[in-house]
Amino acid sequence: MSTVVTPGLFSQVDVSVSKKTPYLMAAFAVFVLVAFGFVGKTDIVAFQWSKQDDLIHLPDFLVASNVVGLILGTTLVAIAVASFVLAQGKRVTPLWLTLIFGMLAVVALLAWLAAGNTLPFAFILGNAVVLAVPLALGAMGGIMSERVGVVNIAIEGQLLTGAFLAAVVGSLTDNLYLGLAVAMIGAALLSTVLAVFAIQYLVDQIIVGVVLNVLVLGITNFLYAQWLSSDGQNSNFPGTFPIIPIPGLSAIPIIGPALFEARITTYLAYLIIPTLWFILFKTRLGLRARAVGEHPLAADTVGINVARTRFWWVTIGGLVAGLGGAALTIGAVGAFGRNMSGGQGFIALAVVILGRWHPLSAAAAALLFGFSIVLRIWANQVSPGIPTDFITIVPYVVTLIAVVGFVGRVRAPAADGQPYIKG
Amino acid sequence: MKLELRGITKRFGSLVANDHINLVVNSGEIHALLGENGAGKSTLMNVLYGLYTADEGDILLDGVVQKFKGPGDAMAAGIGMVHQHFMLIPVFTVAENVVLGHEPTGILDTLDIDTARKRVREISDRFGFEIDPDALVEDLPVGSQQRVEIIKALARDAKVLVLDEPTAVLTPQETDELMGIMKGLAKAGTSIVFITHKLREVQAVADRITVIRLGAVVGEAKPTDSAATLATMMVGRAVDLSVSKKEPKRGETGLSVAGLTVIGDRNNKVVDDVSFEVHAGEVLAIAGVQGNGQTELAEALVGLRTPSAGSIHLGKMDITHSSVRDVIDAGVGYIPEDRSKDGLVGDFTIAENFMINRSYGPPFAKGLNIDFGNRERIASQLIGDYDVRTPSQVTLAKNLSGGNQQKVVVARELSRDLNLLIASQPTRGVDVGSIEFIHERIIATRDAGKPVVIVSTELDEVTSLADRIAVMYRGRIVGIVDAKTSRETLGRMMAGATV
Amino acid sequence: MSDVTETPVERRGVAVVREIMSGGSTRAILSVVAGFVIGAIFMVFSSEEFLAAAQYLTSRPTDALSAAWTAIAEGYSALFRGSIYNYKADDFVAAIRPMTETLRFAGPLIASGLGIALAFRVGLFNIGASGQLLFGALWATWISTRVSLPGGVHLVVAVLVAILGAAAYGAVVGFLKARTGAHEVIVTIMLNYIAAGILTFFFRTPELLREVDGGGTPKSDAPALTAQLPLLLGSEFTLHAGFILAIVGVFVYWWLMERSTLGFRFRMVGHNADAARTAGINVERTFVVAMAVSGAFVGLAAANQALGVQAGLTPDLDGSIGFDAITVALLGSSTAPGVLLAGLLFGAFKAGAPQMQVIGLSPEITGVVQGFIVLFIAAPPLVRAIFRLPPPQKTTVIADWWHKLTTKGDAK
Repeated sequence: MSTVVTPGLFSQVDVSVSKKTPYLMAAFAVFVLVAFGFVGKTDIVAFQWSKQDDLIHLPDFLVASNVVGLILGTTLVAIAVASFVLAQGKRVTPLWLTLIFGMLAVVALLAWLAAGNTLPFAFILGNAVVLAVPLALGAMGGIMSERVGVVNIAIEGQLLTGAFLAAVVGSLTDNLYLGLAVAMIGAALLSTVLAVFAIQYLVDQIIVGVVLNVLVLGITNFLYAQWLSSDGQNSNFPGTFPIIPIPGLSAIPIIGPALFEARITTYLAYLIIPTLWFILFKTRLGLRARAVGEHPLAADTVGINVARTRFWWVTIGGLVAGLGGAALTIGAVGAFGRNMSGGQGFIALAVVILGRWHPLSAAAAALLFGFSIVLRIWANQVSPGIPTDFITIVPYVVTLIAVVGFVGRVRAPAADGQPYIKG
Repeated sequence: MKLELRGITKRFGSLVANDHINLVVNSGEIHALLGENGAGKSTLMNVLYGLYTADEGDILLDGVVQKFKGPGDAMAAGIGMVHQHFMLIPVFTVAENVVLGHEPTGILDTLDIDTARKRVREISDRFGFEIDPDALVEDLPVGSQQRVEIIKALARDAKVLVLDEPTAVLTPQETDELMGIMKGLAKAGTSIVFITHKLREVQAVADRITVIRLGAVVGEAKPTDSAATLATMMVGRAVDLSVSKKEPKRGETGLSVAGLTVIGDRNNKVVDDVSFEVHAGEVLAIAGVQGNGQTELAEALVGLRTPSAGSIHLGKMDITHSSVRDVIDAGVGYIPEDRSKDGLVGDFTIAENFMINRSYGPPFAKGLNIDFGNRERIASQLIGDYDVRTPSQVTLAKNLSGGNQQKVVVARELSRDLNLLIASQPTRGVDVGSIEFIHERIIATRDAGKPVVIVSTELDEVTSLADRIAVMYRGRIVGIVDAKTSRETLGRMMAGATV
Repeated sequence: MSDVTETPVERRGVAVVREIMSGGSTRAILSVVAGFVIGAIFMVFSSEEFLAAAQYLTSRPTDALSAAWTAIAEGYSALFRGSIYNYKADDFVAAIRPMTETLRFAGPLIASGLGIALAFRVGLFNIGASGQLLFGALWATWISTRVSLPGGVHLVVAVLVAILGAAAYGAVVGFLKARTGAHEVIVTIMLNYIAAGILTFFFRTPELLREVDGGGTPKSDAPALTAQLPLLLGSEFTLHAGFILAIVGVFVYWWLMERSTLGFRFRMVGHNADAARTAGINVERTFVVAMAVSGAFVGLAAANQALGVQAGLTPDLDGSIGFDAITVALLGSSTAPGVLLAGLLFGAFKAGAPQMQVIGLSPEITGVVQGFIVLFIAAPPLVRAIFRLPPPQKTTVIADWWHKLTTKGDAK
């Protein structure tokens, strides 16, 4: 159905905002309140705010698990009510409120799982950040690509490329910085393939993305099996970047050690995310990029080179995603494993959508995923009595709910996925 | 600035869209480029604007040969363009749109939005446009969007301004205002190229006229030449677009619409309390400027949009909430306004396109299977009956010319046993030969005693086909009048004046 | 618009050849060839003999060349021996066994490839074959290990349940897309992980599907004898009726997409959903139905995986079928014969793995070949550039002729 949309012409109708979000929130909130609060466990949870060697050592906070459930559950109910009131007033629940909601729900779940145990909060937050970094960087790469109108399903392949090259080059040359650089360049080259196919040859972008993932998986699997697994000492033993505490900031209680005792890959993410936001929304460069992603023909008619803009944004997005891949190996565990990214690129893709193509929101969404991954690892350790398989799928269920529920029909850049054919 | 085109030739594959075109536009002159749909006007202007590269020929500005690698070069040389489909980014503000491509910046490449705003206000005030620089473009009515396009060109100091079919989206009164603006600009020294296929406008505003047909210049004409002369030059033969038709033989009420309200995609009443009746054997035309709810009205009638209030009756049958399929099965033929998007499946063959709305039963289906024999037979018959020029029925629809594509749609819809025909912009982007053919067929449907609803933004088409005319403005029907009502009255109604 | 270029009559024959050369099947074959060539390069550079010989490349280049040749020849002949005919085998049965292994591996690839292909033609990108397969296999396993039924009936019920389970899981995707507008790529990826989690949970829990007397690792019982897909060529060969299911699937797919009105509507929605909606098709419902049918084809693969074994199942029973199915559908350009051939090719890759392992070449090399094949398939211009094929003609010979006819007519 084609319509020239001219809203100014018509009388506006009172139509209520969809109440899907408040209802979903209410369901979650009541679940938390009942399951973790009313019928929750009465065992004591020890919230461990600091690690032993922190400068300012806070004492553990002891509280009954169900009390946490009650308090947080009530808070969640309050947020759900607020969202409902907003919807009544025909306003959409702001994203930050949704994200806070998610974070609190995660904490309530943590407190329930840790009943009778210690909840190493600082440890969890710190690890959540480490795990969120590849996701966030992958998502930044995705945002850079999709903001100029190229759908990037190949984030997975870029992460895998970055992880592989960082480990191998870092290992062979004994220089992690060189490994990092090669990882970024390698992933950027993969992006270049996507860019050229999408821009020059007008191939379906989603298909190219999937194909690149298949290709990278095939190549790295082969090289891993044929080479790395037999010659691991030389080729797959890079170690990790040192942890550098930032003087002053790292002394802040709770968040200091979690956020500011990190590796260079994490600090680079701290730098890249706000920079990308600034460039996209405050500069000429960003205005032009967004113009290309929204209406390439219009951009062309004012003299913006669409193909070149798309090419460079996609390629540099690859650099960023490659950095995310490096963070998986030399920024975390220190060796490459078969199919190491294991679907994190797809999670990053979900993060892009969840963050509505906005760097800051996407970073927050990535952190939420980081949390849920730590949760899985940690919950498996404390054996909470619920099937670990279900904890494993939590992030995916959350993504699914987010994509179909909270986000719904979001507005992607208008020309996302559209090839631009010039006469 | 004097613009000169010398021997411009542009080919697409084996197709020659522009064939050695020469054109001279003097400083401060309004030069009309007249030609029918598909004559190659837009191609020529895209060459001038650097969007296409000419295969042969030169562009000269004040006698200097220009080499445009892209629109950026053309703009820098002083050429501005107001495109037929606006080149504005809906989610950007007016100011952002105006400065895009030559943005004022501060430190660190930051956007200097204050300067941008000032620039918009300056030009807006000079011409009395009343445009808010901070408004989002998608929130502006079409007429204002066009002014943003003009501001955009002027903000770049355009010395040559090209307007491509600028009046398609305007009311007659807005058209007059635009012509005033054009004259003002020309007086101030801007050269204006005015592309159109509307004779009336050419006669009203042009200083000189160049007529092109089939990609080549036919000749020059004077604004004082008669409409008939211009039309003959444009089409290449004497044309008579006035449809000869008998007095309607009105039968029973075929379609009655009462209090119909449709909520649009952006929560506005795009169709607002609309009521009318159409009798068997008459044509009701819904006139109005593009975007006043006619499209949505037509879509609601066929079930593509769900009305929030009101009723639609086909004869005695209530089809208010019927699905599209039920409406089709009830005998409603629908020619959508955008044939390549809504009317045809481009990658299907012509034969397949004949069966897209009748795939469930005979004659095209036999049980769960496609009845290939019947399809082949029906397709060859329709291709003959409706004069679809194609080598075979297995040619893909996307490879047909606009006129022939439209004939495929018309054939599919009219070959059924109809109780109502709804035709939206039935001849948009169609060559004159096909227009005549399609008009004849629509009148034949009327004369066969069917109720017919035409939605058209072309006043000429409306007045020549209609028995009665309903004018829509901002989602409402301003009035339903006789087909003999004067253009001036209709124009006022299209701007919202009640009769 | 006028048309001045004329196609001379004598050149028409040439032009027709050009059209065939630039067509789909030629490109598919050339993509496969190019994929094999690149696989060969990988083999050469992972051969230790070659790398050793390359050290003194300048002094004795023939050593490196012959080492390279040996690596390629050994690699591909191992693939051949493992997948088609083992000429080194002691007896005839062992010699032709590889061919039957290829068919066995090809079965689920073909079936799930058909599912992906169907979705492609409706304009949907179903990445969820693995989830649909797991979900179908889960319920088939339930029938095959927890329900007693007479022979024959048991198998039929188990196969039907596999198909229905996978179809239902596919329908969920269509439903979510139709109702919420969520993109099917994200939805299917997430559902893959979720299905894997659910299946593992079932296989881990004694009350559900865990092997009787099993340990802590998630594993099911072997399917009951009455529910196993029968062997086709006797106990000497492992080929079972799962391949027949796939072949039946190919015929059903062909009928559906080429002959039936339902397939016609599927294709209509795939090509132009707006026009389909205007023509009275319920596009949202079509998405749901199409995803269900797509899942049903994947369900054939699920039956194959769940019922084509004599041992207990583990949660990785899908192998890499889910993603391989995408490559099968792409290489087969979503047509019935194409998917059949592509499935056989990739089945051969899997069958060839053990023989490659024997000569010290990682069977993962087939993943590289596979990856490059689909890369070339996805990027027609790349293949054309490599093989210097003629560009696809915007207007065909026939279209040219017709165009002249019509333009003359318009200008009468």
